Amino acid sequence: MSALSVNTDLLRRMLVSFVRDEVRKVGISRAVLGLSGGIDSALVAFIAAEALGPENVHAICMPYKTSNPESEAHARLVAAACGVNFKLVQITPMVDAYFGMFPDADNMRRGNKMARERMTVLFDHSALLPALVLGTSNKTELLLGYGTLYGDMASALNPIGDLYKTQVWQLSEAMGVPSEVINKQPSADLWAGQTDEEELGFTYRQVDELLYAMVDQRMTRTELIGAGFAPEFVATVYGRVQNSHFKRRLPVIAKVSNRTIDRDFRYSRDWGK
Amino acid sequence: MSDVNVVLAQIKPRLGCVAENLALIEAEVEQAQASGADLIVFPELALTGYLLKDLVPEVALRLDAPEIVRLQELSRRISIVVGMVEVTDGYSFFNAALYLEGGRILHLHRKVYLPTYGLFDEQRYLARGEAFRAFDTRFGRMGMLICEDMWHLSASYILAMDGAATLICLSSSPARGVEGECLGSARAWQQLAATTAMFLNCHVLYCNRVGFEDGVGFWGGSEYVGPSGVSVARGFLFEEDRVSARLEEGWLRRERIFSPMLRDENLFVTMRELRRIERERGL
Repeated sequence: MSALSVNTDLLRRMLVSFVRDEVRKVGISRAVLGLSGGIDSALVAFIAAEALGPENVHAICMPYKTSNPESEAHARLVAAACGVNFKLVQITPMVDAYFGMFPDADNMRRGNKMARERMTVLFDHSALLPALVLGTSNKTELLLGYGTLYGDMASALNPIGDLYKTQVWQLSEAMGVPSEVINKQPSADLWAGQTDEEELGFTYRQVDELLYAMVDQRMTRTELIGAGFAPEFVATVYGRVQNSHFKRRLPVIAKVSNRTIDRDFRYSRDWGK
Repeated sequence: MSDVNVVLAQIKPRLGCVAENLALIEAEVEQAQASGADLIVFPELALTGYLLKDLVPEVALRLDAPEIVRLQELSRRISIVVGMVEVTDGYSFFNAALYLEGGRILHLHRKVYLPTYGLFDEQRYLARGEAFRAFDTRFGRMGMLICEDMWHLSASYILAMDGAATLICLSSSPARGVEGECLGSARAWQQLAATTAMFLNCHVLYCNRVGFEDGVGFWGGSEYVGPSGVSVARGFLFEEDRVSARLEEGWLRRERIFSPMLRDENLFVTMRELRRIERERGL
């Protein structure tokens, strides 16, 4: 059995307690999340429904005109399966209005804009409902930096940010996420035919084994190569983790006083909660 | 010595909210007293919450603070063990545990081993305690440990050699490790409590909190392990709970007759060898 294999009963209990406790302690009873039709947001919807009651969870599907229609169908399937509220908000008008001014923009700029457009929709609903925004980035993509800063990486609480993709698959099966969603190729769905694994250049199962050994078990480069990981693969992944670290930190503040936020002004976010 | 009825109050303190936590503690004390308990144990930093960081000076109390005076008053009717941040006249801040009984502070323990690795950062904010001392209570001689203290064999050993027959551990232990049958941190603590009780033939009372602070979940599972190393009562995982246990004097007596390791423990050999090691290390 892989070292990545988890006790899904225990993990489910921890994550459900986490969402319930962290949402309610700020005096809020609801959560909102973007439901893409993919497995990560599906799992978060299931966790949130169990934690807060499905009537208190608002899932918003935000397709762009080039999004695969199957994604919306899968998002609806997930919402129906866990019973959460479902809403469709098209982001095409906002995104197209902007790129009307910059018609030469490449796929990366367009993809980032879409991710950030979705973020503004979620945070607007956070104020409207009121509800906390749940993050849906997993540990694999957070470590690889495979996400848009201030876009899909933005949230108030993230229940699955310490779960590798392989573990997301395991827990999703245990929690009853529809099999169509579990079994399909992961995709950011920013343009037709895009798949995560093709874009990354390796499979999630491969990189999860490496990340687990490198990050969680703190194995040295020599040990990793000794364990059978190709030297170039180790170097590529280490480089990705290092170069994307800025995405996992607050903006850097120039220190001039005795107490600078996050350096020598340190409080937990749950201060007073 | 007679049997003792204990309640382990597995509470969920609010971070940095001393007044609210005191009210919660008072309510638990009332409840335990009404149920006929002799002793109630609260977790590490029950008055303040755990991930305090720069809040430490704000939530710290002097031992003559009104909150502590209030707890002393409550201890006229039931003995109370509670975790807090203590500030001294010299403005040192300690992660402290109080044993309150008969209207006064019977014993103060300052956490000696402040974890500063992994997710822990205690030594950045807190001063280190420098003693493990057993003390006499209405229910016999006891010793207190705060969380990480218990992971040092010497701490429990010293308390047992100092005559403690009951070891009380106040804890704020974060949940981690989801690979196995049982939560990793719970398994480790259960082994530790059972082993400590078995090696030293002591009653071990372990009180751990629940709730989340910044995504860190405290797992609860407060438990009483009897002097043979057998777990007698264990609290829920992750949920608030009150664990009741009866510490039977007869069990301690029988266990110490059955396996008199503590009687045979050779303090002379231990001290001589430790002094030699001290000398050789040039301490």
